[in-house]
Amino acid sequence: MAGPKTNRIGLPVTDYRGVSSTLCKGCGHDVISNTLTTALYEMGVEPWRVAKMSGIGCSSKTPAYFLGPAWGFNSVHGRMPSVATGALLANRTLIGLGVSGDGDTASIGIGQFVHMVRRNVPFLYVVENNGVYGLTKGQFSATADEGSRLKDGTVNDFAPIDICTLALELGATFVARAFSADRKQLIEILKAAIAHEGFAVIDVMSPCVTFNNHVGSTRSYDYGRNHEGPIHEFGFVPAWDHPEVGGGGEDTFDVPMPDGGTIRVQRVGRAHDPRDKGAALRLLHEDAESPEYLTGVFYVRAGKPPLPQFLKMVEEPLATLPEARVRPTRETLAEINESYR
Amino acid sequence: MNESTRAAEVPGPVSVNDLTLRVATVNGSGSQTANNTLLRALFHMGLPVSGKNLFPSNIAGLPTWFTIRVSGDGYVAPKRDVNVLVCLNPASAEDDVRSVPPGSLVVYEETLRCERYRDDVVLVAVPFQKLVKEVCEPVALRKLVVNMIYVGVLTELIGIEVAEVKQALDKAFAHKPKALGLNRDAVRAGIEWVRENVSRVSPFRVERMARDEDLILVDGNTAAAVGCVFAGVTVLAWYPITPSSSVAETVAHLGERYRRDPETGETTLAVVQAEDELAAVGMVIGAAWAGARSMTATSGPGISLMSEFVGLGYFAEIPTVIVNVQRTGPSTGFPTRTQQGDLLSAANLSHGDGRHPCLYPSDPHEAYEFAMAAFDLAEGLQTPVFVLSDLDLGMNLWMTKPFEYPEEPICRGKVLDAEGLAKMEDWGRYKDVDGDGVPYRTLPGGADGVGAYFTRGSGHDAYARYTEKGDDYIATMQRLALKLETAKSRVPEPVLDGPGTAVGLLAFGTSHHAVVEARDHLRDELGIETDYLRLRAFPFTDSVREWIEAHERVYVFEQNHDGQMRRMLTMEFPSLGARLHSVLHYDGLPPDARSVWEPIALDAVPSVKGGA
Repeated sequence: MAGPKTNRIGLPVTDYRGVSSTLCKGCGHDVISNTLTTALYEMGVEPWRVAKMSGIGCSSKTPAYFLGPAWGFNSVHGRMPSVATGALLANRTLIGLGVSGDGDTASIGIGQFVHMVRRNVPFLYVVENNGVYGLTKGQFSATADEGSRLKDGTVNDFAPIDICTLALELGATFVARAFSADRKQLIEILKAAIAHEGFAVIDVMSPCVTFNNHVGSTRSYDYGRNHEGPIHEFGFVPAWDHPEVGGGGEDTFDVPMPDGGTIRVQRVGRAHDPRDKGAALRLLHEDAESPEYLTGVFYVRAGKPPLPQFLKMVEEPLATLPEARVRPTRETLAEINESYR
Repeated sequence: MNESTRAAEVPGPVSVNDLTLRVATVNGSGSQTANNTLLRALFHMGLPVSGKNLFPSNIAGLPTWFTIRVSGDGYVAPKRDVNVLVCLNPASAEDDVRSVPPGSLVVYEETLRCERYRDDVVLVAVPFQKLVKEVCEPVALRKLVVNMIYVGVLTELIGIEVAEVKQALDKAFAHKPKALGLNRDAVRAGIEWVRENVSRVSPFRVERMARDEDLILVDGNTAAAVGCVFAGVTVLAWYPITPSSSVAETVAHLGERYRRDPETGETTLAVVQAEDELAAVGMVIGAAWAGARSMTATSGPGISLMSEFVGLGYFAEIPTVIVNVQRTGPSTGFPTRTQQGDLLSAANLSHGDGRHPCLYPSDPHEAYEFAMAAFDLAEGLQTPVFVLSDLDLGMNLWMTKPFEYPEEPICRGKVLDAEGLAKMEDWGRYKDVDGDGVPYRTLPGGADGVGAYFTRGSGHDAYARYTEKGDDYIATMQRLALKLETAKSRVPEPVLDGPGTAVGLLAFGTSHHAVVEARDHLRDELGIETDYLRLRAFPFTDSVREWIEAHERVYVFEQNHDGQMRRMLTMEFPSLGARLHSVLHYDGLPPDARSVWEPIALDAVPSVKGGA
């Protein structure tokens, strides 16, 4: 009798699910949680190696809704980056994955976000971006577009902070944007981000069905569907499929990832090459000036050492180092004492 | 005729091994090495010494004073009256000279013409600027080298042993042979100038003393840092702030030296200079969650910023060590002055309920011991622990016992590996199995799929599941409070002293040193016997309550305005509140004995006022 279907490490998809969501029916965040479940399952990520991190907000509740057997930490509003930085320094074998929102990232948490980017913490940072605060009932966040309207007609007078532009300018090594309703593209982006080494940010437009899904909103499902403009068509070919460079034929080009997988881009439409930072910045600047909502992998850079490697941390988890490796010797203390005599 | 001949006009007896020497210079003039050379030479003559650096919040240009007390009786608290003054700062010279008592020895740069201000002190006008030109060819270095001339002048005037000065110089310039030569020449020039120009013996002198205990000379920040490194700290995140920066910098320095494998280049100590104190404490909480022994070091403003995260650490039960080197608050306050001003805020930090263990070291040896103990305490209780040092302890040099190697192995507390977890029946991350309030924890990534749980600062039950049920919340809060009870048996006990009288004196941290001298004064000069309790930790142990109960009147001496420790004692022991009386010192400077004995004497014997 055949057992349940399993992934490449022999786990059923149920091991990648979490508890039931308590978010509103139709929330974009739930689609992202489900897509993460699929991406992590298909990539064969070991759940017990994953540290799921978050701050505070609707988005920050979602780590409970996928990958139940993983470790989770729902921390302080806007401060997920520092908690994750500490955790990933303490244990290099952990896979860091965080979910944040636009308030949690671009308002209260922007200070920690930019420094996490700067430090190239090995972390997949998903922003579930809906332009409003949900749990506090619908106030604008710092990513809301200028001129967009709340349900009660209030107009946002301030220019938005664009997370991708910010991350790119600060030296992020993987920068992507997605739309939660475009699951087909989101899953490929997530897989590529999982394959990345270093800091990866995915800014996902994730409509708030309760507070920001009306006419006049620039973060609604309708707005997304009518304005999404993919910067390329691509698929992620995982390492175990042994992608050969150029194996997709002349109609594609490959962007190899450090884990042996590859981003295979079709030579159609804009066909953005994510290794081209200048082009990525131009696209993002164009995007800011137009109603179009560009999605895809804007930038990938391999080879920049993530923070633990940069600090030359030992590879083992710090928690289980034997005492002899963390407490200097009696002779060392004698030497220290002598220097103060 | 040289000004120094004026010395003859103020005859008097010579005082030996009991003096306070103050050097007044300009901030940024490089006098620190000279001052430490003096301090070290005196220390090596077997003399009980203490050095206090009074510096402005400024990089260069404002007045700064370094004060050394030599006390044959062994007192290390500062003394108000200065006996030997060195004036090099035109901006403060007049005030400095006017501040010393009659009969003091005043050494000054001759062009400052300090003879204008006083004729009842022993004046020695030294041509420092002329002398430095003779010994120091490079013009740019003269500003620094001139300081060593006053070292030479004082050496000869008050009787410091030249060999000890030389040795102190060798130590200071061990790796800078060229600078060593220049500085030696400057010291010699000072000595020779006195020999040729000053005939009179100084009214204050020093002589070698036999010292029967092994002591080192070190600042409290260094000591705390050594303690952290020997505690096996593995993650340090910090943000620069006076007066705590050197704790983190020294940990980092020691880490480079002793925790990085010389062959592989790999380290077992992560150091991150964070973007602010919010991030610093967030990193150490994240690191501790993932199993690191983590720490941060900060001061008052940083403590305020860490508030929210400390509440998370308390509620989600994540151990970490926060070294708080207190400075004068509130707000920016006096960033370069000392205070015991964060007692309440540290013990109660964050919104909602919650109390945090705090350790109060009084000298560098204790800073070393308590910093080390704080890690075992934090991990043993699974909660943030504070080490409350202060600027006086942290940044000044103190004589102290050498650091002792820990005899006990590192204790990580109740941490389960896969094997331990398998033995546990119905494990829950927040379940009290042993009745001490402390649950068993697993570490992320550590047990291959078993023992994973979800950590949150929101309501959770014994199995770490989200809850909004009142009963679950009450159970958690009661267990957290039980942990603080458990802490009472693990924190350092107070140190008691006294013949058993009705009057008690209670102090802690650096306030101790003024109390030691004040008690002698109260007894010997005023006939008031006191018992003494030196508090070393919060939560207060039962012995603290018993000791207060045994005394009719307890003076709580502390360095802040609000009487924070008295308030904490009153909150913990409400029925004893009426016995507690505040004696306070809070001008930003380390307290002297008089700040302690005078209010007590006035209170106990009102007639003392006139005669004191």
